[in-house]
Amino acid sequence: MPALPLHTAGPYVAAAYIVFVALIGIYVAIMAAKLSRIERDLGELTELARRTRGGGAERTGDGAAGAARGAEPTRAGASGSAPSLEAEVVRHAVAGGEGP
Amino acid sequence: MYGKRLRALSLTTIATLTATLALVFFWAPNDADQGFLQKIIYIHVPLAIVTLCGFIVGACCAIAHLRTRDPRWDMRSYVAIHISLVFGVGVLITGSIWAKGSWGHWWVWSEPTLVSFLLVMLLYATYQPLRFAIEDPERQARAASVFAITAGAFVPINFAIVRLSTQYVHPRLGSGSLPGRMEVVFLLAIASIALLWTTLWRYEMTSKHAAAQLRTLARLLGGDEDDVPPRRSAAPSVTHLEGVG
Repeated sequence: MPALPLHTAGPYVAAAYIVFVALIGIYVAIMAAKLSRIERDLGELTELARRTRGGGAERTGDGAAGAARGAEPTRAGASGSAPSLEAEVVRHAVAGGEGP
Repeated sequence: MYGKRLRALSLTTIATLTATLALVFFWAPNDADQGFLQKIIYIHVPLAIVTLCGFIVGACCAIAHLRTRDPRWDMRSYVAIHISLVFGVGVLITGSIWAKGSWGHWWVWSEPTLVSFLLVMLLYATYQPLRFAIEDPERQARAASVFAITAGAFVPINFAIVRLSTQYVHPRLGSGSLPGRMEVVFLLAIASIALLWTTLWRYEMTSKHAAAQLRTLARLLGGDEDDVPPRRSAAPSVTHLEGVG
């Protein structure tokens, strides 16, 4: 079988290597999307933890700091709809799951 | 922890891949028979070897899962097969491009090497639908492990049958079939693709592990997952992977 000249073989070789790079690129992009979703969920949970901690201190009247915080209600403590919001955030994080 | 030393592994993989590509194009001589087109072999064959080895790794993890009932092994098996499928798609596409340049056809149905690899890929293509079809996570993991072992056993059998075949046009690579510099680059290419596979496997395992820890954190913060129906997925359930390393 005669060897293909460079100008004929070049596009085939380029195409094969581009396919390889593209496949890896797509895979990395999907991983990046998953990572940003994890980061977003983690941010929501961090915010929830912060609010829960503030609300807990207020409800139990935990020492002077708690009393001081209780005098100035947190967002979670002040709003009657806050628990449902928290539940929604947790529900979202729990139900987020993993894609195939 | 799968993220441990991941940065070093990633940098090693990038360095090895870059060195391999540089050697392929600037150091390895052109093939006397195929000329420049032979450069495709440095990506196509290592991808094929690593893909088949990845399926076997998936089977080994599945055996460990059935022996120990530890869901971590199911996750490892799932990720190994998942990445091998991606690599397998690369094998089929790069192989077709090479075949078009070399034989003038994208695909030759009478060639046992091509058809048998396609059969292996089609077999593994049913892995994710199989998982998705079973809702109960325990049953899903068990069935997937049995599948991974059965299909994994098929890989070396299939390989042996193809090697025994006498009617073929697909080139055969064996020990000493390549001249010195070509062989060095070819072996380096196998090592770099294997490193890439390992790195991607570690990345995905780290991602799954982080998701599992996130879910545990959500539950500890007061979420009641019994209220929420778990989303149906082909991926192993991360709820029972909590706190795993």
